[in-house]
Amino acid sequence: MSEGIGARVARKEDRRFITGKGKYTDDVRVDNQAYAAFVRCPVAHAKINGVDASGALAMEGVIAVHTGPEMKEDGIGDLITGWAITSKDGNPMQCGAWNPMVTTYGRYVGDAVAIVVAETQELARRAAEAVELDYEELPASIGVEDAFADGAAQVHENVPGNLIYDWEIGDEAKVAEALASAHHVTELKMVNNRLSPNAMEPRSAVAIFDEAEDHYTLYTTSQNPHVARLVLSAFYNVAPEHKLRVIAPDVGGGFGSKIYIYPEEITCLWASMKTGRSVKWTSDRSEAFMTDAHGRDHVTKATMGFDAGGRIVAFKTDTLANIGAYVSLFATVTPTYLHGTLLSGCYDMPAIYGNVKAIHTNTAPVDAYRGAGRPEATYSIERMMETAAREMGMDPAELRRKNFITEFPYQTQVILQYDSGDYHKTLDMAQEAADVAGFAARKAEAASRGKLRGLGYSTFVEACGIAPSAAVGSLGSAVGLWESAEVRVNPVGSVEILTGSHSHGQGHETTFAQVVADRLGIPLDNVSVVHGDTDKVQFGMGTYGSRSGPVGMSAIVKALDKVEAKAKKIAAHTLEASEDDIVIENGEVKVAGTDKSMAWHEIGLAAYIAHNLPEGMEPGLKEAAFYDPLNFSFPAGALICEVEVDPETGVTDIINFTAVDDFGTIINPMIVEGQVHGGVTQGIGQALLEQVVYDESGQLITGSYMDYCMPRADDVPSYNLDHNATPSPLNPLGLKGCGEAGAIGSPPAVINAITDAIGTNELQMPATPLAVWTALQSVKTPMAAE
Amino acid sequence: MYQTKYHKPGSVEDAVAALGVAEEGKILSGGQTLLPTMKQHLAAPTDLVDVRGIDGMDAISVSDGAVTIGAAARHADVAANADVQTHIPALAALAGGIGDPAVRAMGTIGGSVANNDPAADYPSAVLALNATVVTNKREIAAEDFFQGMFATALEDAEIVTALRFPVPTKAGYAKFPNPASRYAMVGVFAAQTDGGVRVAVTGAGEDGVFRAEALEGALGASFSSDALDAVSIGSDGMLADIHGTAEYRAHLVTVMAKRAVDNAV
Repeated sequence: MSEGIGARVARKEDRRFITGKGKYTDDVRVDNQAYAAFVRCPVAHAKINGVDASGALAMEGVIAVHTGPEMKEDGIGDLITGWAITSKDGNPMQCGAWNPMVTTYGRYVGDAVAIVVAETQELARRAAEAVELDYEELPASIGVEDAFADGAAQVHENVPGNLIYDWEIGDEAKVAEALASAHHVTELKMVNNRLSPNAMEPRSAVAIFDEAEDHYTLYTTSQNPHVARLVLSAFYNVAPEHKLRVIAPDVGGGFGSKIYIYPEEITCLWASMKTGRSVKWTSDRSEAFMTDAHGRDHVTKATMGFDAGGRIVAFKTDTLANIGAYVSLFATVTPTYLHGTLLSGCYDMPAIYGNVKAIHTNTAPVDAYRGAGRPEATYSIERMMETAAREMGMDPAELRRKNFITEFPYQTQVILQYDSGDYHKTLDMAQEAADVAGFAARKAEAASRGKLRGLGYSTFVEACGIAPSAAVGSLGSAVGLWESAEVRVNPVGSVEILTGSHSHGQGHETTFAQVVADRLGIPLDNVSVVHGDTDKVQFGMGTYGSRSGPVGMSAIVKALDKVEAKAKKIAAHTLEASEDDIVIENGEVKVAGTDKSMAWHEIGLAAYIAHNLPEGMEPGLKEAAFYDPLNFSFPAGALICEVEVDPETGVTDIINFTAVDDFGTIINPMIVEGQVHGGVTQGIGQALLEQVVYDESGQLITGSYMDYCMPRADDVPSYNLDHNATPSPLNPLGLKGCGEAGAIGSPPAVINAITDAIGTNELQMPATPLAVWTALQSVKTPMAAE
Repeated sequence: MYQTKYHKPGSVEDAVAALGVAEEGKILSGGQTLLPTMKQHLAAPTDLVDVRGIDGMDAISVSDGAVTIGAAARHADVAANADVQTHIPALAALAGGIGDPAVRAMGTIGGSVANNDPAADYPSAVLALNATVVTNKREIAAEDFFQGMFATALEDAEIVTALRFPVPTKAGYAKFPNPASRYAMVGVFAAQTDGGVRVAVTGAGEDGVFRAEALEGALGASFSSDALDAVSIGSDGMLADIHGTAEYRAHLVTVMAKRAVDNAV
């Protein structure tokens, strides 16, 4: 089937995107529309004594200025955390309250203090500048190590030492014993740099309160509109669920940053009620840098022990995780269950221990960002493997091979059980594709030009398809992580898929339709996908954690199973055959081995005309399913990066980047390649270019693209991709997920290549020209100077 | 509030008159710095006087061993101009490497020089080539024109009308771009001229563009990159930020100078 599973079909949604006809939240125009702007805390920590809005309110066209205490009086709740973590001493985590707008203390530069509603966006912004804050600046804690040091300024009074939780996983005693008798021990301190998500479309909200109907509508940039509605209803007390519709229309990228329900969106809903106007707010890029949840920001000390044969005997990590001023929705789980559970990597490790201390600082909240915890784990493991190989004088690929897991399912020492994989073959393919055999000659040629060549590996595994509801519930999750789908067959046989997944760049309108076209043998054009509207789709958990394939599509398959069963009953009845003999092929429902058949559209028509259905059968052809996954899925891959460093300037040029991945079954190879391209580019961005920097006082230095360096086309090579699929045995299509793999696996490959080139392992991300040049100054390599 | 009146005079006299009556007038000549600054409310002029409509303001000509470039000539015009390419190819290459295509299609040489952004490319060429800044009032030697970061010898209502570049024997430019903004973090323009070797550095110094005498001395003896092998520049007076320490910038000055000399034609 040319449009079914495995077909390289062009994306159905791209026509509207590339012709500028997409409809994003900021494109929404409604009656009675006013515009909001926020007054923000100008310093990292302050007691707000007063808000003087008189100047703003005096401006013609300014409708209202409201503040946090008023919101509190109206009963609007504080922002919540979606996952409760228990510290190793058995105590629950402690975190500071997050008021949607500041009631007394501003805790980071950008903390919302007041909302201004005005007739135009320009006027709202001008008026916000005219609001005067009377505040008293307080001492602030900015860096994660400083914030955890003795005597650090307290971010919240109720969180002593700024320590939110002190969590552990694995067996500390077993690790200590194994390390004590290890033949070789490698140690490294690594910084996983803080990143800004930079979705192309900034966050936006249009909040509409209909007083006559006592009903709210929120258009917003969300990866999970149903979760947003649940949280806004159950916890923020904006409106009960049946009186609140949340619509996430076209959304231009999320990378995790649009999972969360932010203060601005809540406040716009409340302000719509207060003012009787529809309220639109769209973040500008400066606000996005300041207030979108940042990613990563870990400092990790890692220790790995080996026996004389190069087998890992133990792995230990101690991590400080910067959570920022407030605990964002999934901020607590990212450094713990999405990080600590991956510490075995793709290796058979007999003893593992991970400790994570989560720390409040006077910076923007930090939460899940493409990969979420798994890039941090992968970086620690893969840099340790490369460093250990160098210290022991072994080939880094061979050290990996000695430790690869080879039998599946594999139970790690840190909760997870891997489903399937073939790590040796994947690495073989990558080495061949990257022409590792020819590297020595290329290195010599580069040296003749005064350049330093290096080669670095990353063989990674990650956990996608989050996640079995009961399992995550037992670990502290507030929600279940199943997905829903509804398959509606129309009387003419066309099919509508309603899904709780949300597409914000992933191409679901194409890939989900491919699954249906494949199953029913109908043209792709006869299948449409509906998502992103709580009035259309009953419920769903949304898109993140590479879950829309393994979980979202599995729900569709489960609903299709029911549709197919009913269709077969109708066909058997109409064709006077046994139900067991009915097969669906190429858009026909037929009796196997005969020429008796019905076209698919005839089944649809029969179901809705209902003149001749089996006795007792309800008319119609529409089925729904909820799918709760049995386990995570475990995509894995082998990445090889080859770089050339200019020792005079410290500039790194990525010459070649090879990625051989195991994503299980692939629905659309073109879309999967796009995901790998984007993911690897984000990983290269983290490794070479990107870093959120606050100064000592907590002012954001990287507040624009003048200082925050995003990867550009000329920063990355043309990628060299291949696949080695071992379909997951645990979901119906054998899917593993591909959305994050590139960002998870690539940073250590890049840094391993650079450290190979420059001859020192002492290098932190981002490996900017300054960082690489500085590292080179501390190394006396024969080639470094000239 | 923030209202700005836009003027597009056809002559220098009309431009001066418009500036004279404005409460707070600013000359607009491409707007690649001024307009973003206004969008961020860091500048709020009452009047913008656009000099791009002034007759002949974007002309490029060659005479008496010098290339004269009108102040309103856009970077893309300079990069593509046959006279500039023939007589001072390093200047054409420099113009073709400013910003991105959108910036080069709007930004002008006069605007860049008058703004004297410490990370702009042109000031290094103006200083190294010993160019003359021509205004509606006088002619100013490059040496006297640049007076520190964003500071120049220009008086109120003085409009740069052209830049006159003596044709060098040989010249080259090499730029190390800031990884994020891609402005020059260190840009070195090296020229062999009738008056000897002149080397000017942009992007790196706390006081904007400056001449690197140590490099000029070494290159005066031999205009080759090898001559700079043993020359290092001190880090005093160098800018420092998250992209480069003062030491790193000082190091890059020598590296970029060598590359400029290797590029020189």
